[in-house]
Amino acid sequence: MRDATFAGGIHPSYNKDRTSALGTSPLAAPERVYVPLSQHIGAPAKPCVEKGDEVAIGQMIGEPGGFVSAPIHSSVSGKVAGIEPRAGAMGIPVQCVVIENDGEDRRSEHDGAGDAWEETPADELKERIRMAGIVGMGGAAFPTHVKLSPPPDKPIDTLILNGAECEPYLTADHRTMLERATDVVAGARILARILGVARTVVAVESNKPDAIQALDGAGAEIRTLAVKYPQGAEKQIIDACLQRQVPSGGLPMDVGVVVQNVGTAVAVADAVIRGRPLTERIVTVTGDAVGSPANLLVRVGTPVGELLAACDADLDGAAKLVLGGPMMGFAQTTPEPPVTKGTSGVLLLTGKHVDTRPPAPCIRCGRCARACPMRLVPTEIGRAGLARDVEASRSADAMDCVECGSCAHDCPSRIPLVQQIRLAKAAVTEAARRERGTR
Amino acid sequence: MTNKLFVSSSPHAHGGASSARIMWTVTAALVPAAAWSVWLFGIPALQVILATVLFSAAFEAISQRLAGKPTSLTDGSAVLTGLILALTLPPGLPIWICAVGAFVAVVVAKAVFGGLGQNLFNPAMTGRVFLLIAFPGPLTRWLVPRGTGAQLFDQPVTAYDASGGIVELGSKAVDAITAATPLGLLSERGAHAVAALSQGQEIFIGQMNGSLGETSGLLLLLGGIFLLIRRIVSWHIPVSFIGSVAIFAAITYAVDPAHYAGPAFHVFTGGVMIGAWFMATDYVTSPMFPLGKIIFGVGCGVLTMVIRLWAGYPEGVSFAVLLMNATVPIIDRYTRPKKFGLRRLTKGGSDA
Repeated sequence: MRDATFAGGIHPSYNKDRTSALGTSPLAAPERVYVPLSQHIGAPAKPCVEKGDEVAIGQMIGEPGGFVSAPIHSSVSGKVAGIEPRAGAMGIPVQCVVIENDGEDRRSEHDGAGDAWEETPADELKERIRMAGIVGMGGAAFPTHVKLSPPPDKPIDTLILNGAECEPYLTADHRTMLERATDVVAGARILARILGVARTVVAVESNKPDAIQALDGAGAEIRTLAVKYPQGAEKQIIDACLQRQVPSGGLPMDVGVVVQNVGTAVAVADAVIRGRPLTERIVTVTGDAVGSPANLLVRVGTPVGELLAACDADLDGAAKLVLGGPMMGFAQTTPEPPVTKGTSGVLLLTGKHVDTRPPAPCIRCGRCARACPMRLVPTEIGRAGLARDVEASRSADAMDCVECGSCAHDCPSRIPLVQQIRLAKAAVTEAARRERGTR
Repeated sequence: MTNKLFVSSSPHAHGGASSARIMWTVTAALVPAAAWSVWLFGIPALQVILATVLFSAAFEAISQRLAGKPTSLTDGSAVLTGLILALTLPPGLPIWICAVGAFVAVVVAKAVFGGLGQNLFNPAMTGRVFLLIAFPGPLTRWLVPRGTGAQLFDQPVTAYDASGGIVELGSKAVDAITAATPLGLLSERGAHAVAALSQGQEIFIGQMNGSLGETSGLLLLLGGIFLLIRRIVSWHIPVSFIGSVAIFAAITYAVDPAHYAGPAFHVFTGGVMIGAWFMATDYVTSPMFPLGKIIFGVGCGVLTMVIRLWAGYPEGVSFAVLLMNATVPIIDRYTRPKKFGLRRLTKGGSDA
């Protein structure tokens, strides 16, 4: 069978060689963790501890703020030093529970279902996942239990486990599949049981043959994907694996599919079988300003600066700090933001990767349209965005853009297309809000 | 320390493609054909190339200065326009006429529309067509290639002195020797005059007269294939352009071989090769999407043949490309790719 793929897409430099063979090593827990109350899409968690409280690893410190929300747990044992704002990954301060680590790594008591999960009712499994604070670990951090609760009129027949890891540099999912193959498969089986699906597909890009082998040994149905970006984007991976296109404006459940990241599956296994909430994750720390790149197992709430220090990073010689991958990650002004459940990578790049020249004029070469996995015409949306033209933005299908960055990556004129398209999307969103308001 | 980190929108990685590199690569792909023309025609060819390239660059710099924009000669766009214009002109064309052509190409066809990326019509083609209409005499005086005797393609050559008067071949006053091009012969004398030519290798290798870049189909083809390999052009426009010329010629030749020349003749003479690979593929003035490119290429090919066979000019590539340039906005509008998410859901059947 040929490697599955989708139309469009690009072939960036993957730069995974420096970390793909490095086993995950735990990073020593810092003296203080700053655990953000909002690490997910949806309502922030509400703090349920106060300054001075003693907490243990896995103890809930923030309750879900609604259905589309997730609880937050302490990643260290120690004393709550306060609840205060701190620089967040998105450029705005976020409320964090600050905890002084006592270094004892006491764990709070949690019941794991053990092997009995196979007899546990699906709703109870889902509740365990919800209360363990599990969110999508591929980067978007959408609460997992929401994805596991499709309305009755949307029957789900297939679960796709996303092990594509198409973002350059990142190897966190790769290491997860290698080192925790059994838990990836166990997590997948739990998810499949909750969804009631007969079929689970683990989709992995063909550049990770060792991961494919490891998972195959653990008893999973593997679909090998072509190496292409953004192969791991939800709509593209569904198209590649099942030849089903999620309708414009729709969700995977509209075509009977739920997609979960492989790291999420491991978190599910930890939560359901061992009763451990999500308090740590694997983070790839790399980039050409990092001396000793690594895949680190990091406590949620650890400031990014601690990761960089542990990896011999040259912050003074660096020009760009990115949380996430280079294609969709967020540039940072400081190394202060804490690692969250969605932080898959920390990239520290030198000036070689920064181009401050003004963009050249568009020469209509069409590379952006060829690259676009959503089959849009990025220049058109970009122009509409620059003009804040709502009608033009709508007719150019601005809202279908997934901001994968393929267009800008391939643009020979270095036009910041994603930025322009975000302006177009903001204009459409704003107009829609106004239209609702006047009705 | 913290102020030094550079913040911008994602993506933070770039593939390294650059407009300037594209322009210079296309320029490089044309160098063999240009060098061939200099070998074939000598100084009169070199003079045209240098004149159009330098004047194009100068006009670009001046118009950017006047528009208050930074000068961008290093992006290669003006040099490429100048080179393509040169390759559409006859060797020995007076320098001042070259300058007028460069002015029309760079200033009238491009700068006044807003510069690179904004022009509707191919600048070099606009420059050439303007010259052809304004200076029909000098634009159709075709020097013979090196090694030509008293005849070219079985037709007598014509010798001129420096003031443009016709003189005896072999006299001391001879300044330039010209002869009809293959397409000129076809237009004036009919298919039998070029029957032998259609079989020979001259038209493929380029041992013939014409515009600088009309001569070596072989070298232009190699340049085009180079661009194809470098993924600077896609196959759609060249293949549909050349293919439709060939099919059109094959049909008319099959209907009446006494009247019409065959496909090989039409493909390898005149501007089809350079037009299909280097002019019709100009990003700015051609469609963006695959289907549109094919429609555009077929339109160029068909119009070229209609002009060659039934209109007043022996050659029609530049007119065809310009006419098709005007259709690009509407072609783009109707050939947009279907966005993701519109394909009908195939329920169940794909679960194999």
